[in-house]
Amino acid sequence: MRNTRTKVLLYVLNIIMSLLFIIPLLWMVVSSLKPENQIFSDLSSLKSLLPLHITLDNYRMAFERIPMMKFLFNSLFYVSVICISGLGVNSICGYALAKLRFRGSEFILVCIIALMIVPFESILMPLYLVINTLHWVNTWFALIVPFIANCFSIFMFRQFFMDIPNEILESASIDGSGPLKTFASIVVPLSGPVFATVFILDFISHWGDFMWPILVTTGESLRNIQLGIQTFFTLPPIYYGQIMATLTFTTVPIIVLFLLLQKYYVQGITSAGIKG
Amino acid sequence: MQTALHAHEREHISTFSRQKRRETLVGYSFVTPAVLLLIFFLVLPFLLAVVFGFTKFNLLRPDKIHFTGLDNYKLLFTDGLFYKSLWNTLYFTVTVVPVQSGVALMLALLVNNSLKLRNVFRIAYFSPVVTSMTVIAILWISLYNPNEGLINSALHFFGISNQPFLRSSSQAMNSIIFMSVWQAAGYQMMIFLAGLQGISKDLYEASSIDGASKLQQLRYITIPSLYNVTVFVLTITTIQAVKLFVQPYIMTNGGPENSTRTLALLIYQQGFQFRNAGYASAISVIFFLIVVLISFSMKKFLRDK
Repeated sequence: MRNTRTKVLLYVLNIIMSLLFIIPLLWMVVSSLKPENQIFSDLSSLKSLLPLHITLDNYRMAFERIPMMKFLFNSLFYVSVICISGLGVNSICGYALAKLRFRGSEFILVCIIALMIVPFESILMPLYLVINTLHWVNTWFALIVPFIANCFSIFMFRQFFMDIPNEILESASIDGSGPLKTFASIVVPLSGPVFATVFILDFISHWGDFMWPILVTTGESLRNIQLGIQTFFTLPPIYYGQIMATLTFTTVPIIVLFLLLQKYYVQGITSAGIKG
Repeated sequence: MQTALHAHEREHISTFSRQKRRETLVGYSFVTPAVLLLIFFLVLPFLLAVVFGFTKFNLLRPDKIHFTGLDNYKLLFTDGLFYKSLWNTLYFTVTVVPVQSGVALMLALLVNNSLKLRNVFRIAYFSPVVTSMTVIAILWISLYNPNEGLINSALHFFGISNQPFLRSSSQAMNSIIFMSVWQAAGYQMMIFLAGLQGISKDLYEASSIDGASKLQQLRYITIPSLYNVTVFVLTITTIQAVKLFVQPYIMTNGGPENSTRTLALLIYQQGFQFRNAGYASAISVIFFLIVVLISFSMKKFLRDK
């Protein structure tokens, strides 16, 4: 009796809260599929959350006004390059810090942990000067190179590699394979989950890049998708349906990626919390 | 015999030291790419920010830099806009951190059970987290529309008249806070959930045999067991909150009447719009010190398990 009552109460609370969390996003998707005038005429009724007359006009017109596909590919391209080269650079560094003994490794580890708290905002300007000195403004290098090495990723890799038994590595080195080969053929295949976790955490965070691309991209050619929708939002005439279409379009790739790698994303968040 | 042993030992030692040398070499070559990148794009800019804090120059003319000693800091502590931004940042942080963590804990408790639909609820709470802040900010400008917005329409239903939200200096920051909690609570929920699942079931069973109520269990088992997880959640939420930038940049541009201007926004505007690179660096240094202070004071609260 008491159990059923708790269950009903939990369901009711969960449903109310879920609606609060999902309605704004639902409204975004539904409005993107509606004719402009209907978005406003439906506003005061439940119809605002129901797509009764589905049309793709908003998408078509928004895509005519701005090169959304180009922005999407720009984002996919540079974020993928950051994440994939980051996996290489950070994993091998994390491996050295976890498994190889050399003078200074402790010091490097301490520095990397300390650097984790440097907020990006506080190095924004000097970093811009460094990029400017290298003549990298408005090039892919500016969007990619500064973000390949990532202290948090190195730390995650190190924590994971610590748990790999030394015997496995020793037997590989007795068989005569060099350290790079041991890493590539023994360690990497054992570490799928940590690679997936680092990849998706990094991907989602860079997918949202906004402040930095404003500074280092000047024309449309390198503009990422976040900047694309923000400029579209300030570009008159303003049609809500079209804006909602660009927002929905921007969100779809990341939702797909999230659903595919959900397990690893959640693991990443929670392992950071437990090991902290 | 004795010399043979010596030779053997020597050989052993030399292979050992050769191996050690080799490991050192390999170690350095493995860390070099990451370390070089970090030095160039993190350590160097950081040191430059500290140095620039004592100088005056235009961002586009770094060759015309000159030292001004503590002038930037003197100016900073008499600058009303700096205090206003500092206050706004603190107000946002002090409000968002407890509210968001509280909501997150509540959500975690709501989905930490055997309900059939618990995964659906989890995904619902989590979906704003994966959506980027730019999308969320633009979406909520529409929701907060003072004339024809979904939120005002919902308020009409309860007999409340139109609210100005982002257009009013007294409501803008609170509107951003509400949205930020909605966006990020799912993230902290996941961490709390992992913490909840780490609590031994035996504790609950034993206490319910002793006749403890659900509320007593929450008070005496759940909350104390979550101590370290909570400190962690509060730490990362605080550090996130202090960096508030995208929301005011897109939604209000710091207005109305500077009511949503934050430190990060001030750094950006001083440095890139007004091109006061030195002054902006000085604010960056203060900003960094605040983040360090928070991180260290939070560490103090961590208890050994």
